[in-house]
Amino acid sequence: MFRLDPRQMPSTMMKLVSPLIAAMLMLGTGFLLFMLLGKDPVQALYLFFIDPLSNRYGIGEWLLKATPLTLCAIGLVIGFRAGVWNIGAEGQLIIGALAAGGVALFLPVAPGFLHIMLALAAGMLGGLLWAAIPAFLRTRFHTNEILVSLMLVYVAGLLLLYFVNGPWKDPDGFNFPQSAMFEPDVMLPLLTDDMRVNLAFPAAILLAFIAWIFCYRTIAGYRMQVNGMAPGAAGCAGFEQKITIWLALMISGASAGLAGAAEVLGPIGQLQPNISPGYGFAAIIVAFVGRLHPLGVILASLLLSLLYLGGENVQIQLSLPSAITSLFQGLLLFYLLAADLFVHYRLRFDLAAVQRHKTSTPEKPGL
Amino acid sequence: MSDGAARSAPPRLELIGICKSYPGVIANEAIDLSVYPGEIHAILGENGAGKSTLMKIIYGVSSPDAGFMRWNNRQVEVTSPAAARKLGIGMVFQHFTLFETLTVAENILLVMGKSIPLSKLVQDISRVSEEYGLPVDPNRLVHSMSMGERQRVEIIRCLLQKPELLIMDEPTSVLTPGAVRTLFQTLRRLACEGCSILYISHKLDEIRELCHHATVLRNGRVVGQAVPAEQSSDSLARLMIGENLSTCQFRTSIAGEKMLKVRNLNLAAIDPFGTALENIHFFVRSGEILGISGISGNGQKELLAVLSGETRIAKPKVIHIDGCPAGKMGPAERRRLGLSFVPEERLGRGAVPDMSLELNALLTTTHKHGLQRHGWIRFSAVRQFALQIIEQFGVKSYGLNASAASLSGGNLQKFIVGREILLAPRVMIAAQPTWGVDIGAATVIRQALLDLKSEGVAVLVISEELDELMTICDRITVIANGKLSPILPVSETSTEHLGRWMGGDFTTNAESNPHV
Repeated sequence: MFRLDPRQMPSTMMKLVSPLIAAMLMLGTGFLLFMLLGKDPVQALYLFFIDPLSNRYGIGEWLLKATPLTLCAIGLVIGFRAGVWNIGAEGQLIIGALAAGGVALFLPVAPGFLHIMLALAAGMLGGLLWAAIPAFLRTRFHTNEILVSLMLVYVAGLLLLYFVNGPWKDPDGFNFPQSAMFEPDVMLPLLTDDMRVNLAFPAAILLAFIAWIFCYRTIAGYRMQVNGMAPGAAGCAGFEQKITIWLALMISGASAGLAGAAEVLGPIGQLQPNISPGYGFAAIIVAFVGRLHPLGVILASLLLSLLYLGGENVQIQLSLPSAITSLFQGLLLFYLLAADLFVHYRLRFDLAAVQRHKTSTPEKPGL
Repeated sequence: MSDGAARSAPPRLELIGICKSYPGVIANEAIDLSVYPGEIHAILGENGAGKSTLMKIIYGVSSPDAGFMRWNNRQVEVTSPAAARKLGIGMVFQHFTLFETLTVAENILLVMGKSIPLSKLVQDISRVSEEYGLPVDPNRLVHSMSMGERQRVEIIRCLLQKPELLIMDEPTSVLTPGAVRTLFQTLRRLACEGCSILYISHKLDEIRELCHHATVLRNGRVVGQAVPAEQSSDSLARLMIGENLSTCQFRTSIAGEKMLKVRNLNLAAIDPFGTALENIHFFVRSGEILGISGISGNGQKELLAVLSGETRIAKPKVIHIDGCPAGKMGPAERRRLGLSFVPEERLGRGAVPDMSLELNALLTTTHKHGLQRHGWIRFSAVRQFALQIIEQFGVKSYGLNASAASLSGGNLQKFIVGREILLAPRVMIAAQPTWGVDIGAATVIRQALLDLKSEGVAVLVISEELDELMTICDRITVIANGKLSPILPVSETSTEHLGRWMGGDFTTNAESNPHV
């Protein structure tokens, strides 16, 4: 008979190992799944996880896709640690892209560098303002930020559609719903010529380190964490919950907005209806797989980025549906949450209980 | 009533060689225990002695690593609380086990194990609550109830199931002297009806008065058996602690300026089941301890929130801290004026359960002791501060990285009180400072409050333990229905007198009939 015994202290070891266990289980399930679909599972997993990284271009794509995931997830981690559940990073990303795109298209500035900076700043500001809506509603009317931020994702998507179909549509674009291409001056510089990864990737890594320092070294980070772990203690100590909610949503909104700006100023180069294949939602998985730690987030976004690449690859090579990426993402999160049970509990095979059970079954409790 | 738990009959409950260990701790080691029908059996021991673990084993919450249990002469395996209840074992936990979002009646319905119409249950609850003097409204939601009221619900829940063995874990810590009398009558009556009672308490006087037999635990082992009535409180305490008790040292101090003033405090109840505060008026001088006693749920929670700054008052002059009008200030600002605050709930308010002791030392001290510089945490200073608390107040822990939740109640409370005291406060407010804390820790905490007073700090203690207040306070008052009684020097009052005030009758001794 198996038993779950609560651990005296949460296991640090298990906290670190459980993402690995989850990844292994995800691979195992994927193996079975490909087998059931009648594909050669070894080849499929090779195409999924190894083939995409077999050349320099592929590695560039890998880092490129990890960038928006890292940026969004950093902000989410800071919020989640403070008990503020911003589920709408996707919407903040879209508004960030829209704001940055607006600056890139219509602001006449001479030097390219300044123009880029202004566009990025506009992106951050856009994401921040979009996240300010749930922050205001939560602090003023006690609305649930999960619902409000999630619903605003769809509003953001429609707003983007309006602009690319209406006022910002490229007049020379054969009536496609997209803006004109940005001037090359306002595009983020590439790291090397043979890869598409740009300056946003090292910037994201740098921001992850800054977030790490903020969470673990500063009084403000500490206060936010106390608010997340024990709101009563925070109230008693005088750490204002409102400040925590505002900070958490502003930071995560701004970083998601930056991610959106970096997407349109980087690989995309214009405004179009599809800016993100759900980076803002995948970042939630990244945050948890990364153990709500800003540096763990970097590793986790590399994993999730690989899932995007691999998903595309098997779509093309094995003609599988595009849902395969979301499926692997879902598997990963599912197994992670399951494995996290063992952070607080220990599984034991209880031989003594089995024997006691055998010997004492005949006796019915007397009444 | 006869003291005669007839020990000739076969025991109702027998434990033989019970062992239980947790990672790093042996909680119970080869424990033998016999409880006879109609016996009130005390389990005595300091916090961490293994009492709660043993009770959890009996009640089927955890299973022993070795040893077995006999119930009415049959060997049984109690695998769950439901199985225990089926056998006829009821338990009132020290940490309550009620669902906060349900009403009293719904909570009780959950454990009844058979379907009863809710309306019938409501009647039963009202009947039992009246019969045993435990007033409770069956339709109230639990989250709005104070600790003391929740405990009443737990007791009623057990009594409704007509148990043959009732386990009571620290049952009187939140009751008035009068209510304790009533509870004792209840328990004695239950015992006369043949029910066995396992009674866990630190209060030696109560055990001497109530219990027929006592088993003393220390460090997870049985270290002695006694008939409490034949022992003095001191000899019982020595048996329990294994060394001589230190008692509180009183030093005289001169009451000085009014450091904390509350004038004309009126506050409507925020929560539909909360208590409105009416015309509260008091002050605390430097160098004195003022005690506010009362049954829980009479406005203590609301008053504490107003004093700490969690509830703000529109008129700043209602509260003065060190001469500053502070009504509109939040907790952080008030702390900057020199207010220290020990909340009633240790885990979740006084400390963050899953944070290390080191980080918990920083909780209320971010503005002091050079623990931060320009918004950066200075970890070396924080570590030193945490070590200072641990050393100076004798906190037993697994180290600075141990989570607050891993400490026993007494040790955590010493840590919290220590942290607040080392802030060098000018005004100290402590709510239930020794609730559920073992004698050793309680003595340390009381002494610390007395020392503060002699250093010229104004100390306010809000507690439901009247004996404690009578011991350490200079002046004392009672809160009942959100109103404050007249404030009297402790020497001019008595437990009986205050007990009557707790019922809401604020007539003074002279006007009232002494025989009532």
